[in-house]
Amino acid sequence: MLDAEFFRRWMAATAASVDREAERLTALDSPIGDADHGSNLQRGFTAVVAVLEKEAPGTPGGVLTLAGRQLISTVGGASGPLYGTLLRRTGKALGDAGEVSEEQLAEALRAGVDAVMTLGGAAPGDKTMIDALVPAVDALGDSFAAARTAAEEGAVATTPLQARKGRASYLGERSIGHQDPGATSSALLIAGLAEAAGE
Amino acid sequence: MKMLINVPETVVADALRGLAAAHPELTVDVENRVIVRRDAPVAGQVGLVSGGGSGHEPLHGGFVGPGMLSAACPGEVFTSPVPDQMLRAAAAVDSGAGVLFIVKNYTGDVLNFDMAAEMAEDEGIQVAKVLVNDDVAVTDSLYTAGRRGTGATLFVEKIAGAAAAEGMPLERVEAIARQVNENARSFGIALSACSTPAKGSPTFDLPPGELELGIGIHGEPGRERRAMMTSGEIAEAAVEAVVEDLQPRNPVLVLVNGMGATPLLELYGFNAEVHRVLAQRGVPVARVLVGNYVTSLDMAGASLTLCQVDEELLRLYDAPVKTPGLRWGV
Repeated sequence: MLDAEFFRRWMAATAASVDREAERLTALDSPIGDADHGSNLQRGFTAVVAVLEKEAPGTPGGVLTLAGRQLISTVGGASGPLYGTLLRRTGKALGDAGEVSEEQLAEALRAGVDAVMTLGGAAPGDKTMIDALVPAVDALGDSFAAARTAAEEGAVATTPLQARKGRASYLGERSIGHQDPGATSSALLIAGLAEAAGE
Repeated sequence: MKMLINVPETVVADALRGLAAAHPELTVDVENRVIVRRDAPVAGQVGLVSGGGSGHEPLHGGFVGPGMLSAACPGEVFTSPVPDQMLRAAAAVDSGAGVLFIVKNYTGDVLNFDMAAEMAEDEGIQVAKVLVNDDVAVTDSLYTAGRRGTGATLFVEKIAGAAAAEGMPLERVEAIARQVNENARSFGIALSACSTPAKGSPTFDLPPGELELGIGIHGEPGRERRAMMTSGEIAEAAVEAVVEDLQPRNPVLVLVNGMGATPLLELYGFNAEVHRVLAQRGVPVARVLVGNYVTSLDMAGASLTLCQVDEELLRLYDAPVKTPGLRWGV
């Protein structure tokens, strides 16, 4: 079973990897976006870690809901509402339970990803964060490590796609050949989950 | 790239402190990043709130004041502000007559303003939204995020601001803002990429002998790259793109807008060419603005916006305005 402490570790691990990878995310965002994805997420997850230290919710749902709200309040751009909604809706789906099973987490995360698809209007293949998150959720039934691999492969697989959502979509065919920064950062989030589980 | 900054992390806050020092007629909340006209809320008037990434100055903070915006929310450089800022702005300017959010069609701006509108309505503030999407370089389709909002934002904010100043109700101000957007089209050209403070170097690579046609205002590349053209040839391409799409029958407002690093000498020359082409096409010109209004940091280049106006829109455009970036009739 996974407790609130596990979810705090997840957020901390993600914040650390976003810190490490911020420059790479921004570099990926340069040719097809506006070169700020890394710094924006870095600001958001730093704020998430800070608020979780200050408030320390006692339930998994509480941790994710608070983290999501904090991202919405600090990141801006499209990433703020999308990542914020992902965590908030996942947290809400987990409810008030003090501990949750891996199956419950997988189910809740699917609800979170569905909410992101509704909010952003993106579907798999549109070259967005969805292309990492959907395969990750599908693989979560096997193991956290499998989810991490699926997310990373999903992110890499965005390279040949033409963007149909977000700022990269304005480039049309010129978005082809670049890995999507949002899918890349989403893979970091899932990697953080595996890291929190010690996998 | 040399920049007149302290550190990238504080550029927006530093600029806001400077704006406050230059314009005591504005209330600038540096910590929460909200710029409000000092006399807000104005009794009986609809509040106008806009915002978006920083780096487009004077848009939007420079357009706060009597006759235009009631408040603006600057985000990080090229990044949409967050809902908390918009909610604060709405609360500060709502006199009970409601608030109009003016939103440029970029995914981030749309999502954050949508969330803010929900939050504001939860607090009992009546909110309407108008989406600006004037950029003809981006073709509309079910499969994309749609046209970008660029230069027409100035006309929407100016004309809706005048409508609000006359005491028109929220539905009417919203309808007028929509009407302006529907009658406005833009097209942008980059001669160089811009450099964001966070990255410190150009966001895309544009060789000396080439230009980008159909750029947006966030340092993103355009739709097409060509060998360098003359001002006259660029004007022909821009006017053609806009006029073909707009098909104006009434006189137009013309905005020849600098992207930040192109001198007025060049912008006025470009304006002359734009007028030549408009005259050839038989498009009558009602009013003209030339200058840096909707910029993209240090990008060199220009954008052209045309807005078709009827008598009422022209009257509202001519109405007095008193803001740091736009000022006449007062």
